[in-house]
Amino acid sequence: MPLTIKKNRTGPGLKDAVEKMCGAAMALCFQCKKCSSGCPVAKLAKSRPSEIMRQLHLGAGNELLASDLVWTCASCETCSARCPMGIDVAGVIDALRKLALERGAPKPAGNVPLFNRAFLRTVEMFGRSYEMGMVAAYKFGTGKWMDDTEKFPTMLKKGKLALLPPRGADRKTVARIFKQSKQNQGPYA
Amino acid sequence: MRYAYFPGCSAESTARDMHQSTLAVARALGIDLVEPKGWTCCGATAGHQTDHFLAVSLPAANMAKVQDLKLDMVVNCAACFNRMKVANHEIAAQPDLRKRVGEALERDYDGSVKVRHFLEVLLDDVGLKAISRALKHPLNGLKVACYYGCLLVRPPKVMKFDDPENPTSLDRLVKAMGGQSLDWPCKVECCGGGLSLSRTDVVVQLSNSILDMASRAGADCIAVSCPLCQINLDLRQQDIHKQTGRNYHIPIVYITQLLGLCLGLRPDALGFRKLMVPASTVLERVAAN
Repeated sequence: MPLTIKKNRTGPGLKDAVEKMCGAAMALCFQCKKCSSGCPVAKLAKSRPSEIMRQLHLGAGNELLASDLVWTCASCETCSARCPMGIDVAGVIDALRKLALERGAPKPAGNVPLFNRAFLRTVEMFGRSYEMGMVAAYKFGTGKWMDDTEKFPTMLKKGKLALLPPRGADRKTVARIFKQSKQNQGPYA
Repeated sequence: MRYAYFPGCSAESTARDMHQSTLAVARALGIDLVEPKGWTCCGATAGHQTDHFLAVSLPAANMAKVQDLKLDMVVNCAACFNRMKVANHEIAAQPDLRKRVGEALERDYDGSVKVRHFLEVLLDDVGLKAISRALKHPLNGLKVACYYGCLLVRPPKVMKFDDPENPTSLDRLVKAMGGQSLDWPCKVECCGGGLSLSRTDVVVQLSNSILDMASRAGADCIAVSCPLCQINLDLRQQDIHKQTGRNYHIPIVYITQLLGLCLGLRPDALGFRKLMVPASTVLERVAAN
């Protein structure tokens, strides 16, 4: 598949920023494409991990953050585990996610960042994740109210969903961690 | 045998069955599990996809609590297990990160708590011989596709759990229980994990190919050790049926549920009723002997 790198890239190249964030030695990549061969979502996304690596090499800028692989990646880490040069490719994708959040890249399909925010918000509030709260916040944000609702009655009956928020967690420590995280790294939201 | 047991958030909701069967099996085998007081979320996938500091500090908060108990930490959720080990690895290797985490925790944590998966305790500390001796009902040749998923084995350098491409821990346990562990190629494939709600389309496709392979291998059930794998493979069979017309009807059971049955525990005490695809074939087979 041909690779297209825009001549008029947006902003400076991302390679240095990514390397600094995740410590991956990207110069070692020789395009063997083992990461793409093992990637379970490569066939479902427009771009593949080895292509992202090459684009970074060639100086791609912010436009890369809109690449659909960035948020279709399921974090299975098969790419990192199989890279013959020991490059943490999954770490590169995590870094691209972080940059996408910081630089306001367009919302991806399924709005995974909103899901992550909804999840972490319940952790921040209760010290543990609270599925009902997370699902409600996510559905409210996406407007996909009806998805999966047919399963809820059975799940509730089987005790697979907790109605009440979790109790007993050390919320103070968690609150300090979130506070520091926001201070250190800018807003995660 | 005494350990600090970290249940993980899903133990209180979608994976109560995993939690219940873990506790029941531990009791039956004389394993003493102590819950660290005030345990908190490990951050899961959302944590590391959002912020590295968050992804390391949230697990560290729990391991610091376990350090006070002076016990090894045992985790049964593959996702929590993974986050704990990765955090330990990074804190131990990066003094600067350790310092920043320590500031948020208001105490120093050095990354030294030993984190183990419940399967490792079963295989290494209890041992297959002792487990075989404790069996009341064997699995009677039940065909089990053992599914490890991603987070138990990857990243291999950090997890050091079994063979990362062809793990056999679950298989060895199933064989010791008198089951037939199937040779199949999807042991460490990904089910889509945390994309369950946000990218259901991806999870349906990935889970479909795993279920398809298990069905071709002739599996009576799939044995798992991760709440995300369990819910994706179990719950999404309905969606796969709706979208493709295929009806697998393969029960997705926790290895602790299978072991509990073999140890003579009641199915209700092991959370069997909580499975979306009922495990009646499994229950009948084990009860029949």
